[in-house]
Amino acid sequence: MLKTVISYPHMGNYAAVFERLFAQLFPRAEVRSPPPITQRTLELGGRHSPDFVCAPFKYNVGNYIEALEAGANLLFQTGTGCRYGHYGELQEQILRDLGYDFRFACLSRENSRPSAALRTLHAAGCQLPAHKIAAALYLALLSIRGLDEMEFWMRENIGFAQSSDRIMAIHRAFLHKVRQADSAAQMMRAIESGRCAMQAIKLDKPEHPLRVGVVGELYTLMEPFSNFNLERQLASDGISVSRAMGIWFLLFGRSDARSLQEGGGYLRYPVGANGVDSVAQSLSYARRGYDGILHLKSFGCIPELNAGPALRALSKREGIPILQMSFDTHSGEVGAATRLEAFVDMIRMRKGA
Amino acid sequence: MTIGLPRALAYHRYGVLWETFFKALGGRVVVSPESDPILIAKGESLADSECCLPVKAYLGHLDRLVGNCDYILAPRFERIGKNDEFCVRFWGLSDLARGTFPGVRILSYNLKSHRPDSEVSGFMKMGKTLGKSQIAVLAAYKKAKQAQLTADTRAGVNQRLLLDSPAIKVLVAAPPYILRDPAMGGTLLRLLAREGVTPIFPEACGRAGCRRASKATSQSLYWVMNKEAIGAIELLRPRVDGVILVSAFPCGTDSLVNELVLRREKRLPVIQIILDGQEGEAGLQTRVECFADILKERRRGYA
Ligand code: SF4
Ligand code: SF4
Repeated sequence: MLKTVISYPHMGNYAAVFERLFAQLFPRAEVRSPPPITQRTLELGGRHSPDFVCAPFKYNVGNYIEALEAGANLLFQTGTGCRYGHYGELQEQILRDLGYDFRFACLSRENSRPSAALRTLHAAGCQLPAHKIAAALYLALLSIRGLDEMEFWMRENIGFAQSSDRIMAIHRAFLHKVRQADSAAQMMRAIESGRCAMQAIKLDKPEHPLRVGVVGELYTLMEPFSNFNLERQLASDGISVSRAMGIWFLLFGRSDARSLQEGGGYLRYPVGANGVDSVAQSLSYARRGYDGILHLKSFGCIPELNAGPALRALSKREGIPILQMSFDTHSGEVGAATRLEAFVDMIRMRKGA
Repeated sequence: MTIGLPRALAYHRYGVLWETFFKALGGRVVVSPESDPILIAKGESLADSECCLPVKAYLGHLDRLVGNCDYILAPRFERIGKNDEFCVRFWGLSDLARGTFPGVRILSYNLKSHRPDSEVSGFMKMGKTLGKSQIAVLAAYKKAKQAQLTADTRAGVNQRLLLDSPAIKVLVAAPPYILRDPAMGGTLLRLLAREGVTPIFPEACGRAGCRRASKATSQSLYWVMNKEAIGAIELLRPRVDGVILVSAFPCGTDSLVNELVLRREKRLPVIQIILDGQEGEAGLQTRVECFADILKERRRGYA
């Protein structure tokens, strides 16, 4: 029988987590992350996707095509609300129409509930007993929490490190351990040693650095390629960057009710996906005296558009500048960098004044 | 007491319900005028440029109402069933209205489940805001519900009558707020008429029937309005000559659903027309003529 080769779309650095998880769930299969996202990925994704579907869809399609080219034959997708929940069905059709031969396991919406997910995993060839699956999931969650925590710290501090190379090296080493960890204990040790290594980094941080909060639509936030590494650009300008969004936050940190409550009345109802989170987090940054907010989203992202008037009102009333940026597979990197620079100059002047 | 209703989006689904309800409570109802280019331009100036055309039109309609009524109705629509959701745009309409027109008095309710009490309790609250007694509100709601049902049934019957026409017939698969808006679907319908083509609206099949039938095209589809637009394809296949999918730029749900239809519908000729408010009539005319020619050819081929 043909060997099963598993793949899935990229998102930030989480591929390391998926790699480990699938390797444990399917010990006899080979797990292959798609090649890293490049310009070619975007071109492929853009060419074979409908024109005005939101950008994450196109990135996914590009990843899938490159994964299939590299020999994958079992693709995973998930998807909860908004348009994301309907991604899978069309993506599968597009890939089939391109003539690829593969199996597609879609854990979206109803199929993401435990019993249905278990059935899908079994159908895909996972023969582990439930407790082993649970253990693998637990390990994945631990590594997600560790990764999110580490990257949160990096965003806030990398702009002030004497050697950012050292930070990147620790990060790389940690991702390597995520791919290898066999037990929760090992994972905890990896997290702990990563934490210690980061804390030992010498920082040259002014007492009141410029601080920028980043909010918006989840994919664009989490996949640095899709936002032209804006966070890194901020850091290299010596700015402390804060962003709460990550998979851990999505899984355990958010609730519409809480975000509405903490949103200062700027929104009355949930407006889809992370619209209410963008507002609640912006308000929190404003109250904590941040100097500016970056609101990132893919072009045409509906929940974030729904939150638009609320964010504009918030910006005016709380006196905090908000820069909104939309990204598509063909938005220009130069334009984005220039707008960001102008924004940074502006908040720097405000702070100086 | 005057209540303003924007003639856009959900008005084309619940308009009769709303008008009857507020009138039965002794209110005066003003409905914004039919869309025209000036109204749409106003909406565009109020909206984020990335918004879809119908939402821009919605803001234009709200704008016409501001200053002409005591309250403007701007509800939120989330779902009418577990797997029958509105496009996320509709989730944000109430907040969009409030955020775009601060200081305007907005009446709202939140349609968020398939349980009938979701709608009833929303209407009860609106009645309370207007200072009406519970009994009066409930009676008004019942009357309004009945009126909407009658209107829907009549619209369905009228569409079904068209199916008997010997003319070339095209199923125009789109939500009513596009089809029934002269500044959006209006031009297309006029062009079809000029070609002697009879447009059939999905409501010919009834909403629930369409929603069920949409499974034939898409298993995992959960958007109410899309199900109702494309479900009719399956049900009307033997009775129409072709399908035109009409979408407004840049519609979030259509971007996925219409693409699926284009890829999966193998038996009927299908085209997609995307309206962005800027399209010249000439370009649209060419496409409609061309499609009509194809359909006429096919008829001849079968004859
Ligand atoms: S949240 Fe935005 S990017 Fe994600 S599916 Fe919805 S519209 Fe697309
Ligand atoms: S379904 Fe499409 S056209 Fe309608 S409100 Fe949603 S995005 Fe706009």
